Amino acid sequence: MSPRIVEVRQNILKENDVLARELRSRFTHAGVLVVNLVSGPGAGKTALLETTLRTMRDRYRVAALTGDLATDNDAKRLARSGAPVKQISTGTVCHLDARMVSNALDGWVADDLDVLFIENVGNLVCPASYDIGEHIRVVLLSVTEGEDKPLKYPTLFNSADCALITKTDLASAVEFDRDAAYANIHEVRPELPILETSGRTGEGIDAWIAWLESHFTPPFRDRSDWKLGTP
Amino acid sequence: MGLVVHELSIAMSLVDVACEQAESLGARVEALHVRLGPLSGVVAEALAFSFTLACDGTRIAGARLVIETMPIVARCTTCSADRVLASAQHLHCPVCGDFTPDLIGGRELELFALEVEEDVSANR
Repeated sequence: MSPRIVEVRQNILKENDVLARELRSRFTHAGVLVVNLVSGPGAGKTALLETTLRTMRDRYRVAALTGDLATDNDAKRLARSGAPVKQISTGTVCHLDARMVSNALDGWVADDLDVLFIENVGNLVCPASYDIGEHIRVVLLSVTEGEDKPLKYPTLFNSADCALITKTDLASAVEFDRDAAYANIHEVRPELPILETSGRTGEGIDAWIAWLESHFTPPFRDRSDWKLGTP
Repeated sequence: MGLVVHELSIAMSLVDVACEQAESLGARVEALHVRLGPLSGVVAEALAFSFTLACDGTRIAGARLVIETMPIVARCTTCSADRVLASAQHLHCPVCGDFTPDLIGGRELELFALEVEEDVSANR
């Protein structure tokens, strides 16, 4: 008997995506804006987040989940801001997924917040495929990494809602080509908003927070359809 | 290492989805047809390698994996037409040259079809 072909059309990550949609819906109803920070290792996610939490916590209820392969160094740094911080140890897994986020939220403060930041594992490849229930995905590109990073990792940059160019205090020391960086980001994600920050000097932090504030009012954006087509 | 770990997670999800479908079809799976977009974040070779590990010991063990790479398709608002783009590095309309932010294809990560053999043992 010859085999027959049965069309099934199933999203391979449907279990993750269904859970991510549930998380996003829960946060939308609770009025909590969820922001997923992604970048390569060492782009400055933790420094940005520490400064952001410290600056925002007088006015807003903010908290952070931080994904880390093995250590709790990032969680310790973030806790210095005084905001609630919880660590997700991913072990050898190179990205966060919706299940890890859901488990970490169990019995935690998250529904009483204005903004929940999720610091993803430092990796420019793997986190791109995983919806973790966020409303906004922010990709960081530090001036020390080189302007061509967006062209090397188009998938992650293409999946973002905002790009942050970080460590701008080092820009002149590394002869950062700002125009090339902007052009490359827009090659892979036309019209993507771009902001510039320095976690060290605080430069650009107010503009970054103002950008976040412009997304505060529900209904938040629903990213469920960002993968195109497959349910 | 990171690359393989990531595709292994994807391969395990793929095997779960395929086993679930095979179960409901009551059939033995000969091959899986997967559609992969260049912007899915998944590398075909790494997925194929991981798949052989992930399906071992499951009800679809030994099945072939057929990966179809899908084109990047964008909606060009200037031309009012759908265009196939050559590269994820340059999201421009190949005809008019304008930016094409609206993608309508290229992020697929989908089990499209199963090639099955009716499970004769179940009918005896």
